[in-house]
Amino acid sequence: MVYDRWQPGDDLPPLVKEPISKVQLVRYAGASGDYNLIHTDVETARSVGLDGVIAHGMLSMGFLGQYLADLAGSENVRRVQVRFNAMVRLGDVLTCKGVVKETTSAANGRPLASLEIWAENQRGEKVTSGTAEVYLPR
Amino acid sequence: MAIDRSIVGAVSEPETFEVERGAIRKFADAIGDPNPAYRSGDVAPPTFPTTFRIRVPGLNVDPARLLHAGEEYVYERPIRAGDRITCVRRVVDTYVKSGRLGEMTFVVSESEGRDLDGNLVVTARSTIIVR
Repeated sequence: MVYDRWQPGDDLPPLVKEPISKVQLVRYAGASGDYNLIHTDVETARSVGLDGVIAHGMLSMGFLGQYLADLAGSENVRRVQVRFNAMVRLGDVLTCKGVVKETTSAANGRPLASLEIWAENQRGEKVTSGTAEVYLPR
Repeated sequence: MAIDRSIVGAVSEPETFEVERGAIRKFADAIGDPNPAYRSGDVAPPTFPTTFRIRVPGLNVDPARLLHAGEEYVYERPIRAGDRITCVRRVVDTYVKSGRLGEMTFVVSESEGRDLDGNLVVTARSTIIVR
């Protein structure tokens, strides 16, 4: 956990992930139960007008889940919300980034930080972006 | 593809998912997340509820025509190995928007996951595009 007295406007340390590989998409299909073949089969992807397989949106959200748990502890994630803005392809390198928006108290009295989070590709495009809330140490 | 608005309010049958230690570890491995908490399987990664798969009720289309537009999870507590989570999925909205790929239909659904005592554990809100 890397929490250190966050203030609104603070940039959070980035998490750089390994390039997206075919094996990762097959493993993620199996582990998540999402067997939509546009993620693992080129023919299916082409049949719906894509030029190749695309990563599961939920994989990039999974990277952001890893990011939040690294930042605040896996048991302290209260909410995470994302939009899938752009497709992620084989070989893409995603980097998770975030900014502290606000620190408040939750209804249960625990300190809570609202974050803006996103995953961007090697061209700096925000492929998956959203917001999150994590509980903070007192 | 147009979707009849009568789909709004459709509710799935409840389905119970058992959270297995090995499934947590495989899920973390697939993401490439080395967090030791997931190696033991005591806690599940935040996006693990995606494995609680229930089809969108009332939506009968080829899965290859579906795109995931967005997802939100709200956690009342962490999910742990040994949990049995009963989920119900409900369609809450559908609308049409014009975008880069032409006219697209959005379907928004919400799933509630409860433990054996009936306590809410996680709420998922999912937006998919039907192309």
